[in-house]
Amino acid sequence: MLYRTAGQFKTSYAKDQALFPIKQDAFLLGVILVFAWVIFPLTASEFTFQTLLIPILIYSLTAMGLNILTGYAGQLSLGTAAFMGVGAYACYKMITIMPWMNPIVAILLSGVFSAGVGVAFGIPSLRIKGFYLAIATLAAQFFLVWLFEKWAWLYNYNASGAIQVPNLEMFGVYVAGPQASSVVQYYVVLFIVCLLTMVCINLTRGTLGRTWKATRDMDIAAELIGINLMKSKLTAFAVSSYIVGVSGALFVFMWRGAAEPNLFDIPLSFRILFIAIIGGLGSIMGNYLGAILIVGLPVVLNLLPNALGIPIDSATVEHLNIMIVGSLIVFFLIVEPHGLAQLWRLIREKLIIWPFPH
Amino acid sequence: MLKDIFVTPFADMFSAPDFLLQVLWEGLVSGVLYALIALGFVLIFRSSRIFNFAQGIMVVFAALTLVGLHSFGIPAWISVVLTLGVMFVLAVSIERVVLRPLVGQPDIILFMATIGITLFLIGFGEIIFGGENKVMISEELGIPTGDTVLEPWGGLLILQHLDMTVVVVAVALVGGLLAFLNYTQMGRAIRALGDDHQAALSVGISLQTVWVLVWFIAGIIALVTGIAWGARAGVSFALEVIAYKALPVLMLGGLESITGAIIGGLLIGILEKLFEIYWGQPLLGGNTETWFAFVLALIVLLFRPQGLFGERIIERV
Repeated sequence: MLYRTAGQFKTSYAKDQALFPIKQDAFLLGVILVFAWVIFPLTASEFTFQTLLIPILIYSLTAMGLNILTGYAGQLSLGTAAFMGVGAYACYKMITIMPWMNPIVAILLSGVFSAGVGVAFGIPSLRIKGFYLAIATLAAQFFLVWLFEKWAWLYNYNASGAIQVPNLEMFGVYVAGPQASSVVQYYVVLFIVCLLTMVCINLTRGTLGRTWKATRDMDIAAELIGINLMKSKLTAFAVSSYIVGVSGALFVFMWRGAAEPNLFDIPLSFRILFIAIIGGLGSIMGNYLGAILIVGLPVVLNLLPNALGIPIDSATVEHLNIMIVGSLIVFFLIVEPHGLAQLWRLIREKLIIWPFPH
Repeated sequence: MLKDIFVTPFADMFSAPDFLLQVLWEGLVSGVLYALIALGFVLIFRSSRIFNFAQGIMVVFAALTLVGLHSFGIPAWISVVLTLGVMFVLAVSIERVVLRPLVGQPDIILFMATIGITLFLIGFGEIIFGGENKVMISEELGIPTGDTVLEPWGGLLILQHLDMTVVVVAVALVGGLLAFLNYTQMGRAIRALGDDHQAALSVGISLQTVWVLVWFIAGIIALVTGIAWGARAGVSFALEVIAYKALPVLMLGGLESITGAIIGGLLIGILEKLFEIYWGQPLLGGNTETWFAFVLALIVLLFRPQGLFGERIIERV
């Protein structure tokens, strides 16, 4: 009843191919966008911006990048964090070499560098498959993090070895650095995330996306029907690393404010893989659901003991957190291996016929 | 520049052969440990197609349990037996709670589940035993601590007794494991399951029993590695990283091959030490051990996608 699609007739091919052929979907998205663009910025506190809104958006974007590679093109990667690092360091170098550069342009351009590095590390995928490839991407992970540490030019020969985001101005407003306000940063992140999400949805619906899916489902069969595997796999690596790189730049410039090489170490890669898998591989929306769960859960768990009045010291809470997140991951994998996006699909099926059982 | 890369390192090697021997020995010791961990991976992968990422944390967990139990006043050797009991309970519960509901899921889901187990064990271990660095109870276990100094070619070669013990124990363990796999009924069941799931099930091999068994063996290996590495570097969660070292070993040797794990482990242990000492430190600023093994394995894989000893990949549509 609630989600009835009967009566929504399509009279042209273009209408059938529209981004949201079902009215309810478009309406729901509209509501979410109003919340994201208007209501959250008006009501959210500094704490909410910094611990929930901004990280959720950035992590969703990163997971989307990984999802293009793993969920759509079927190439498992464990080196996501390192590519985020490439984006962040590229952005830092561009900003410090050319301080007049528009920050948003710099962030969007930094993805180009990580895309290049991504393609270079994607070349082995032409010969290596499955878990072997996953371990091969770990080579990127460890090598790049080592490079961030040893190549002093990257962090401008700082004594600390870390990169520090300078104050960046755009149209007279600080958008990055210590003086930038959270609302402005939130809007910058939201703008870029919305933009790239649009691009991703359309890419995965188009020729390129279908090529990726064919490669994922069975690469030899795809090759036999005339898909150029090299092109398909390398474009997947390029697009994925571009998005991951941009999100890495956002991660440092719009959220963390500073970064050390070990920030981009392997736990971050796994965190993003969790988001992509719990959200649902091969789904764009799943990344958002996964990010909300993985970012939101620890925040809620941290607040819970206080709210319930149970006195536990913060170290124990943190360890309990890790334990609970670990068991929840296993739990979600058992309950719904195809992720939260699949859960949403099932709910929608149910809503269409609700309140009747059939 | 070219001279620094191609000539100087070899000149250094020949001018100080005793130092070269020392480097080789140290590489061999860590190589033996890498081989051990890789063996745990291979056993689980062969019998269940699970890429067990939790192997590293199992090493930490076993070592922590041992030290923790001993600190409650339990004699060292009884703690070892109790720790083995804990590892067995862990194997049974992992099989029961995590693996059984996930039978038949895609590989990546099972892989993620083992990362979930990893996180759980990290949190659990920290709550029970605390996160601070601990000292392995090597003396109580009767592990020798002295060293033997040899003087080949008038030089100096120091062999830690601890390292020698590690090598002997590891070789004994690997030998025992190979004998177990080849000459006992359970061992043959494990290998049968690795060759063909369906066929093994149809002749009456119990999947559950074998899975518990391989996870328990992985637990035993974890305990031995934990004791050995813990005696060298102390017991802390940083030990987990040695599990990452087993991954390039697996790539190099092939995910299914037991021989590959052993030879790959030794090769990587020795080569990464050589590279670090003669190329990494003088030319690249050191600490190349974190990535050298991966890059080496990557290059080998470009020429042999199934690893040095892996089964030939035959693809059909």
